[in-house]
Amino acid sequence: MSSIPTTVPAVDAEAPDDPSGGRGRRKAPRSERARAEARLGWWLAGPAFFIMVAVIFYPVLQAFWDSLFSYRLTAPEEREFVGLSNYGVIFSDPVFWSALGVTTLITVVTVFVELILGFMLAMVMHKAIKSTRGLVRTVILVPYGIITVVSAFAWYYMFSIDSGYINNWFSWVPGFDGQLNWFAQGGSALFVIMFSEIWKTTPFISLLLLAGLAQVPDDLSEAAAVDGASWWQRLWRVILPNMKAAIMVAVLFRALDAFRVFDSIFIMTNGAYGTEVLSLLAYRTSIGRLEIGLGSAISVVLFLLVGLLALIAVKGFNVDLAGGRGGRK
Amino acid sequence: MMASAALLLAGCGPAEDTPVLTWYTNPDDGGQAAIAQKCSDAAGGAYRIETSILPNDAASQREQLTRRLAAGDTSMDIMSLDPPFIPELAEPGFLAVPPSEVAEATTRDTLEGALAGATWRDTLVTVPFWANTQLLWYRKSVVEEAGLDMDGPVTWDQMIQVARDQDKELGVQGARAEAMTVWLNALIESGGGQIIENPEAPADEVEIGLDSDAGRKAAEIISTIGTEGLGGPGLATQQENEAMLLFQGDSGSFMVNWPFVWPATNASAEDGAVPADLPEDIGWSVYPRTSGDTEPAPPLGGINLGVGAASEQQDLAWDAVECIVSPENQTEYFVTNGNPPSSASAFDDPSVRERFPMAETIRESLELAAPRPQTPYYNEVSTAIQQRYTPPASVDPETTPAETGQFIQEVLRGESLL
Repeated sequence: MSSIPTTVPAVDAEAPDDPSGGRGRRKAPRSERARAEARLGWWLAGPAFFIMVAVIFYPVLQAFWDSLFSYRLTAPEEREFVGLSNYGVIFSDPVFWSALGVTTLITVVTVFVELILGFMLAMVMHKAIKSTRGLVRTVILVPYGIITVVSAFAWYYMFSIDSGYINNWFSWVPGFDGQLNWFAQGGSALFVIMFSEIWKTTPFISLLLLAGLAQVPDDLSEAAAVDGASWWQRLWRVILPNMKAAIMVAVLFRALDAFRVFDSIFIMTNGAYGTEVLSLLAYRTSIGRLEIGLGSAISVVLFLLVGLLALIAVKGFNVDLAGGRGGRK
Repeated sequence: MMASAALLLAGCGPAEDTPVLTWYTNPDDGGQAAIAQKCSDAAGGAYRIETSILPNDAASQREQLTRRLAAGDTSMDIMSLDPPFIPELAEPGFLAVPPSEVAEATTRDTLEGALAGATWRDTLVTVPFWANTQLLWYRKSVVEEAGLDMDGPVTWDQMIQVARDQDKELGVQGARAEAMTVWLNALIESGGGQIIENPEAPADEVEIGLDSDAGRKAAEIISTIGTEGLGGPGLATQQENEAMLLFQGDSGSFMVNWPFVWPATNASAEDGAVPADLPEDIGWSVYPRTSGDTEPAPPLGGINLGVGAASEQQDLAWDAVECIVSPENQTEYFVTNGNPPSSASAFDDPSVRERFPMAETIRESLELAAPRPQTPYYNEVSTAIQQRYTPPASVDPETTPAETGQFIQEVLRGESLL
């Protein structure tokens, strides 16, 4: 993960080689040196590329193939080609739509809150005095270092009605029912689940944002201050636009993560009472019910949705990461 | 493991060519490992049993075992199996059928209920190892105040009335978990009904018996306890352990639960977590009746031993199974780990009476016990029930049984997600 911030480019590294800015470029004959470099590139990246293809694309294609069958692991001889009918079952079932709704809700709420909190923490880490900087960063990063399953159990026991202390602590709050069973209805259960997700992954976002913040040259901010810009104006007009690529990376990574949320829900409610999400539905269908066909179809849908999400994030922020000239286009 | 490896390296201990049998065990207090050691010693070098521990809950155990069996894993020599999942594994032929002499020797005095859970399509496909059943536990002080005679039959309606009158809570399991199916099945079977009318039918012909007199009565009991808050504030997430904690508290009155609660409560009393005199206030009897004039059908649990069809050492595995389930081992397992025997004679040992004063009630309960629906689609049936019957307060005796029955059929026909 530590390599991620380095992929956030702030300067136009290749700009001198390509004055046209990447648009409408003409094909010039490549020099011997360029060809040698390309060859070297393949030698260096090729093995990794082929391994990635083997471990990612092969299972994805297999899942797509399986999703076209009615196939139950305990009845292999009854395996039957059914075309796209598994997808028909999924899209016509309210269980899928409700899981999609809950997944989307969790993604939107957690990413939004984490972005704001994460930015605040990033500012704290950025501005902390040199002597305390290491300590502040360590303290902020502790939750992210905890294994998700462990953190899920901790949050579960905190809020559980028989062994938890939250009900006890807050029983003095007017209107709060000290006998509240947090995990017995969707609203309160989702609140705990999202709270734990936010607590756990805000440090990750703040780390990415800190990398972006560190790349905004101080002189820009100072120049704006000299011109009479208020702190708020400097934040919105100078700092944030200059770290757009970092924000995009943070939102993209967290949104994809949040969309595939599994551990916390598996531990806390196992999908009961309106807390079912897509990855849990896929798990319960493939692994629990052993319906490989139907489960693969759900996984494929989840995969396509995640891909769509990534596409929207990249397009929406209008940054070209691969081109090495992030920021503006 | 380390010690035996060291012994092997040193050239002593069992010879290196001793065949090793793998026994997949459910987590316990070390009782199965001890029996494995004992049987390995008794085998005199014919085989050595190594245990491999499965995940904590029954559903995860099933997931791991089924995937391994479906993949033809040859290490599946002996498996500790939860009875409801046996048909699912037996139907595709994942389980080896015990040779007739093993079947004969291991089921000579097996209790009726346990034997029913070990067969599929009238063939014995596993060997009962231990059997479990739920009893009705009650607080003597509460019963005394209510003037109930616990030597005679007790009905759910009576218990509900006592809880209402004395402002007490009932220890039942209303969480969206397997425990909910256990409860519903016992209520329906006690009322003379069945969740599945034709358990051996293929998926698209299964007939569901939830929308029957017995089914509606069962839904009414669950609904009453849920809507009136008689199961405590945590009912919707309450499983066996939470029910026990509720029962141990000030509002405890009645509870249906497995016998593990007895050693657990005694241990808590010794530790000071509950009042030291609490065990003296606890009584037990067979499971409550759904209606006054029919015998109850208490829940059946336990563990059976199966041998994988892909195992390369089936003969040795059956020898080992025969050793493991001997009545002496069952007695010892009951006394040390609290899991009741499936063999009737194993209850006769004096050490059993000493540690479990309710042993006779357990044996009686095991004779009455009814298994959960024995179908290869048990996981679907149980999950659908859990989704529709929880939280208990949402159950409507008029609509829930019929809707759940229809839902199960849609799921089995592949028309609905679960």
